[in-house]
Amino acid sequence: MDFSLTREQELLKKLAAQFAEEELEPVAAEVDETHEFPWDNFQKMVKCGFTGIGVPREYGGVGGGAIEKVIAVEEFGKKCLTSAACLSIHLITPHAINEFGTKEQKEEYLPQITSGGKLAAFALTEPGAGSDAAGVKTVAVYDSETDEYILNGTKCFITGGSRADVFVIFALTEPEKKTKGMTAFIVERSFPGFSHGKIENKMGICGSETAELVLEDCRVPAKNVLGKLGKGFKIAMMALDGARIGVAAQAIGIAQGALDLAVKYSKEREQFGAPIANLQGIQWYIADMATKTEAAKQLAYYAAWSQDAGKPINKVAAMAKMHCSENARYVTNLALQIHGGYGYMKDYPLERMYRDAKITEIYEGTNEIHKVVISRAVLAGK
Amino acid sequence: MRIYVTVKQVPDTSGTVAVHEDGTLDRASMQTIINPDDLAAMEQALRIKDATGCQVTAITMGPPPAEGMLRELIAMGADDAILVSGREFGGSDTFATSQILGAAIVHAQAGDNDFMIFSGRQAIDGDTAQVGPQIAEKLNLPQISYAAEVTKEGDKVTVKRMLEDGYMTISTQTPCLITCINDQDMKPRYMNLIGIMDCYSKPLQIFDYNELKDEPLIEPDKIGLKGSPTNIFTSFTPPQKGIGEMLPGATKETAELLAAKLLEKHAI
Repeated sequence: MDFSLTREQELLKKLAAQFAEEELEPVAAEVDETHEFPWDNFQKMVKCGFTGIGVPREYGGVGGGAIEKVIAVEEFGKKCLTSAACLSIHLITPHAINEFGTKEQKEEYLPQITSGGKLAAFALTEPGAGSDAAGVKTVAVYDSETDEYILNGTKCFITGGSRADVFVIFALTEPEKKTKGMTAFIVERSFPGFSHGKIENKMGICGSETAELVLEDCRVPAKNVLGKLGKGFKIAMMALDGARIGVAAQAIGIAQGALDLAVKYSKEREQFGAPIANLQGIQWYIADMATKTEAAKQLAYYAAWSQDAGKPINKVAAMAKMHCSENARYVTNLALQIHGGYGYMKDYPLERMYRDAKITEIYEGTNEIHKVVISRAVLAGK
Repeated sequence: MRIYVTVKQVPDTSGTVAVHEDGTLDRASMQTIINPDDLAAMEQALRIKDATGCQVTAITMGPPPAEGMLRELIAMGADDAILVSGREFGGSDTFATSQILGAAIVHAQAGDNDFMIFSGRQAIDGDTAQVGPQIAEKLNLPQISYAAEVTKEGDKVTVKRMLEDGYMTISTQTPCLITCINDQDMKPRYMNLIGIMDCYSKPLQIFDYNELKDEPLIEPDKIGLKGSPTNIFTSFTPPQKGIGEMLPGATKETAELLAAKLLEKHAI
């Protein structure tokens, strides 16, 4: 049993930490304030190769797998959760196309979204289909004359929905079969009938533009069916398992970032003639935060290792996502508490981190749905 | 065409600086970084590589763990690296270091004159700015120091050289040695992920004493501690200067008083 990173992973961690400190941290507050993501930062991520993690080089990727993704997203999350989420969520789509796409689809789309500078998005959620993905209402009807599918419906809460060029979108090709009639499509923003609706005004990760997608007789070539007809639900669930490890990485990143700030502040802030780090109440907070964050990291990395080892990850990915996100909220709350009144002020990053951390308990499946996934697996003896 | 970039590991000044009782640095207990001017030299070399397709080799003298630094430079874009490492080289000052690095570059080039050497202007630990120029002297190469920007066309090398009050542009021919400054326009590029994934499979040669001993520059009395004419008797933090004296007014009398005081201290 070896808990060490490889030499290459150590260098990746160093690069991601440097990138986060030099490029992401300086703009994190502004991104939160303006609700606008600095897209030149995304292009810098592309240039370094972060957007190619988990995709083979022949398709513009850099190789690596889930562990490399967790390393990069964790380091980004320490400084700016919006940026960590941007990378983590972007990677869902190239990973899905790499896993389920045809050779032609991989050759056409992967280079664009790994090294080509285009943003990708993944669209499953609908107004009536959140945790209950079976509630999807978007339909796709085949037009034999043009060999296209005509998609109609609305997707909501789509990260990058207003900016992405390439989407994986789920629609019912056989509505009567419900989830067994769901199919995944690769959709380009430029396809006729595609548009995005309003951009949501959120509590946290404000720079991540979350948008509604509107599909009005959107014509998608039949060759853009991802995987087989009727297998969309399976693709969605497998993609989400990997995405949940990404959320776990975001959560351990922001928790560690908040803990680092709390440790620094508690050594600098003096009350009653001494640093507050000398107070047992603060020491106990720090001990709890550090222990829980360390445990969360082990779970997140174990889930990533399991995915790279080809093991079933449905249960462990759900556990990692749920536990790490709960810890992110717990740690950012205590870190803010340690900062006292200053932590509540926008001059300090803690109030932003506290707001940002909350989303990790909600997206890529609420923690409540993860309890369903976990308990179902445990009770089935898996 | 190959550009050798000489690099050095130096103490990370953002961390704790540990000092022995005798005033020398306790390097073993300190985190290290790549010397900032050396990173600027690497960036210069990589920009020329981008423009011309030349090869770039990172070279350092140090203990085996220095390999990590060289791998990072390969991950930035260097093609390969040379680690000059041997007990015989330990304790070298700038004179001996330049002797050994010069020999290593000559050895690696094996008679081929199509090369350049880029060094950082100076290292942030010793701040001597001597190793680069001494390598040039020992290899009988033209040298240009304080380079803010280097361009190359054929064998002509043009350098924008920083002066105290501006820049001068001068040219020379390859082979030559350039020392580079950490200019704001020369921000070193990041490592990239493909570079990281590949860096441990790229060539890294280790030159020990036996590998280099037949090079003319490797004479036993010119390398290592024995070959180092520099002796450090002590190192100390200079005492702070006293508070300055402010002369009030902007009159002719004030100017005369100032001139008298400067004259008294032999400043003018």
